[in-house]
Amino acid sequence: MDCVGINGVRRVHDMGGLDAGPIDREEPEHARWEKRIDAIRALCSKRKLMRTDELRRTTEDLGPGLYDALSYHERRCAAITNMLLQKSLFTVDELGRKMAEVERRWAKAGKP
Amino acid sequence: MTARFRIGDVVRIRRAFPPGHVRTPYFTRGMSGVVDSVVGSFHNPEDLAYGRYNDATLPLYRVRFKQADLWPDYDGPARDTTIVDIYENWLEPAEGEQQ
Repeated sequence: MDCVGINGVRRVHDMGGLDAGPIDREEPEHARWEKRIDAIRALCSKRKLMRTDELRRTTEDLGPGLYDALSYHERRCAAITNMLLQKSLFTVDELGRKMAEVERRWAKAGKP
Repeated sequence: MTARFRIGDVVRIRRAFPPGHVRTPYFTRGMSGVVDSVVGSFHNPEDLAYGRYNDATLPLYRVRFKQADLWPDYDGPARDTTIVDIYENWLEPAEGEQQ
């Protein structure tokens, strides 16, 4: 919906007043990896590695396209990853090697 | 920090829209509303969002807008309002009838 204010310029996450369609009231089934993302988020908060506002900021910074294409937990995963990279908790190279290691482990265990 | 505005004051949301984590919804920028309540003082989320942690706090207000003021094609009752949480750094005093 158009608004009266300034010129309606908004960032992708700023959705108040937009048409959203019907609300899906089904209780979602959460996959194991989604629960893990939430556990990592909770751990990062507990260890004071990030505040809620930082998670919001890095989620918004995914930008149009990625923000719309990813699911809720995929957005969180991407945002937390970017934030921890920015905070030098690990390097891109370390992340890449770890991802390859996990992939090999899962392939060996016959997981998809 | 002492709150600059009181309940009933008419305020305008600054139009500024800098890049980054901005906590004013797009449909409020440049718009006038009325202070509905003073919530308290909190750390500025626009600082926290970039890891700027300090002891400074900022008053937070609930600002009430008339829906018909915000949306040109609003077809609900004229008395309909929407209330938005806005930090003090985004508010300017505005002309208008106190409510």
